[in-house]
Amino acid sequence: MSLFDLLLGIPLLSGVVMALINRSPIAARLNIAAGFLTFVVALALAFQVLEQGSILAHEQAFFLDPYNVFLVSLTAFVAATTAIFSRTYMLHEEEIGRVTASNLRLYHAMFQLFIFGMLLALTTNNLGVLWIALELATLATVLLVSLYRTPAAISAAWKYFILCGVGIALALFGTILIFSTSSETLGHGNDALTWTLLYKNAENLTPQVITIAFVFLMVGYGTKVGLVPMHAWLPDAHGEGPTPISAVLSGLLLNVALYALVRCKTLVDGATHGDLAGKLMMGFGMLSLVVASMALHRQRDIKRMYSFSSIEHMGLMTFSFGIGTPLANFAALLHMTVHSLVKSGIFFTVGHAAQGMKTQNMIGIRGLIRLQPGIGWGLLLGTIAIAGFPPFGVFASEFLLMTAALQSYPWTICLLLPSLVVAFAGLFRHVQPMVFGVPPEEVRAVRVNMLPVYIHLGLALVLGLAIPGFLADWYHNAADLLHRGAQ
Amino acid sequence: MISAELLKQLLSLAAALFLLTAFALLAQRHMHALLRWFAVQGVLLAATTALVAYAANVHELYISAFLALVLKGLLVPWLLWRIVIRLGAHREVESLVNIFATMLIGAALVLFAYYVSLPIQELSFVVTRNIIAIALACVLIGMLIMITRRKAITQVVGFLALENALFFTATAATYGMPLVVEIGVAFDVLIAALIFGVFFFQIRSTFDSLDLKHLEVER
Repeated sequence: MSLFDLLLGIPLLSGVVMALINRSPIAARLNIAAGFLTFVVALALAFQVLEQGSILAHEQAFFLDPYNVFLVSLTAFVAATTAIFSRTYMLHEEEIGRVTASNLRLYHAMFQLFIFGMLLALTTNNLGVLWIALELATLATVLLVSLYRTPAAISAAWKYFILCGVGIALALFGTILIFSTSSETLGHGNDALTWTLLYKNAENLTPQVITIAFVFLMVGYGTKVGLVPMHAWLPDAHGEGPTPISAVLSGLLLNVALYALVRCKTLVDGATHGDLAGKLMMGFGMLSLVVASMALHRQRDIKRMYSFSSIEHMGLMTFSFGIGTPLANFAALLHMTVHSLVKSGIFFTVGHAAQGMKTQNMIGIRGLIRLQPGIGWGLLLGTIAIAGFPPFGVFASEFLLMTAALQSYPWTICLLLPSLVVAFAGLFRHVQPMVFGVPPEEVRAVRVNMLPVYIHLGLALVLGLAIPGFLADWYHNAADLLHRGAQ
Repeated sequence: MISAELLKQLLSLAAALFLLTAFALLAQRHMHALLRWFAVQGVLLAATTALVAYAANVHELYISAFLALVLKGLLVPWLLWRIVIRLGAHREVESLVNIFATMLIGAALVLFAYYVSLPIQELSFVVTRNIIAIALACVLIGMLIMITRRKAITQVVGFLALENALFFTATAATYGMPLVVEIGVAFDVLIAALIFGVFFFQIRSTFDSLDLKHLEVER
């Protein structure tokens, strides 16, 4: 039994066990325990990769390199802290009768299955299995989005299912096209879909086929990343599901989809020696940034507003990976980390705020600081962090990103900077009345657990002030790895 | 064994028939006929897979042919039909669809698919540009079905037809994906079909209808 088996085994096994536990308090505790165990294993694996370099497991079915091991630890960490938040949050939802015990059983089992799907997608060495795992992660969350059974929740879940289903079907078409050319050189079998072998043999793939395949992969995985114009499902799914699910969807699943896209881009760069893939990603990224930053202003639901902010940041990362220089990759990876941390932290706060105020509508949320200072300050600090203020990490990564853009494509700054300002204005316009002012009379404080929020914001602060040396090396390694694939 | 030339012709025939079933699905208004054509498409998929397995002597493909026959030819259409009957929706008709216009759009999509596939050189003797183009056309037609239909069940049939087209591509263009991937994808599709079933009941009990126009909730 190696460490690696544990990484995938713990979430899968605990998912099965939790499908059998009917008592939600026990299941919630078990959820936390499983989350932390997975995180410890992920950390151990990360140090192993840091010392020894990339590892292959089970012959070459799984692999860990500097790029994905970093995302594995991030995923495991956010999943663990979300489990802490989820315990307080979901038990309160059960008390007020929004969910039943059997719904919660489904919820806990699917939560772990979802984590399993993401970890499988990140660690597999097989392009086809990556697709299966991403689809599995979608399927696991579909029924969670409709958990509250309200008309809005059901229509959101249906939209999520259909749009992501079609999107990811297109990605499968792209995968089949890649297989049709790679099987000529690598033989008709798993080898022809293995990343590590594909990268080595990128020269022998037919460039025309790979180019067409990438268009499909871009649209397919781009739908899951939430890029405009394939983003219609995202605000609904993030807005209507239970808040812990919004946190992991925004903070983790989008990252995993982007990971898949970037892996494909590196392969295409190697095969075609052109920059078509990068240009496509830059275009989609820029469009998402511009559209989402403006859409932020028009939202009424607090969770929908922050999910548009997620689209904006995913657009920024996609753009940055599209530039593809080591600096741009570094910035995108850093941005991925801080966005995950801050955005999931914000969703935790928003969840508590909505429970306290008994509404998700921003007009009904007033005077959070006076009602419950913990929530109010958490929301304010989180929003400051996500809007890109120093000293938080988002500032550092956005600054690096601007530098990278100035080096390669200076004119893009004319769009990037105004969009960030517009997004910032949109966020503050809505957040200020929510945190300051007088709370409505009929509301009262709820039991909250702000620990995960402060941990996330604290980490984002550390990343903004001084990135620890080993972590910086790690980002450098990963950024170079992605860039070298392009050579 | 059959000769390569014969295999090529048989595959082209299968592709043409597959395109025909896609158009047949596009042209149906009645739930019963729609599901029957969907089953026919599944059986055709299984037959094509078995043909490729025999001609190329790839034993793994017999397993996917079997899976296709059981899942797509029998189980999923039967399951959908059972659900349709239980929900009392078997007499429902998609009345709003303009069949003539959608057929024309479908034809345009086929042209578009050929245009997109132009840069692909003849990959090998068996895999012709035709097959990639037709497969892509079937994928696009599946999407067209989903776009034009208003009922939850017909939308799902469009989704599954799209998935069928993907399997067809995998078989005809590459002799099938590796077995792990084939089985994984089939498993995902099965789970998806089950979740669709759960959804039909949720939608029905919340909105009292399977018509998707009710899903446009004001936000």
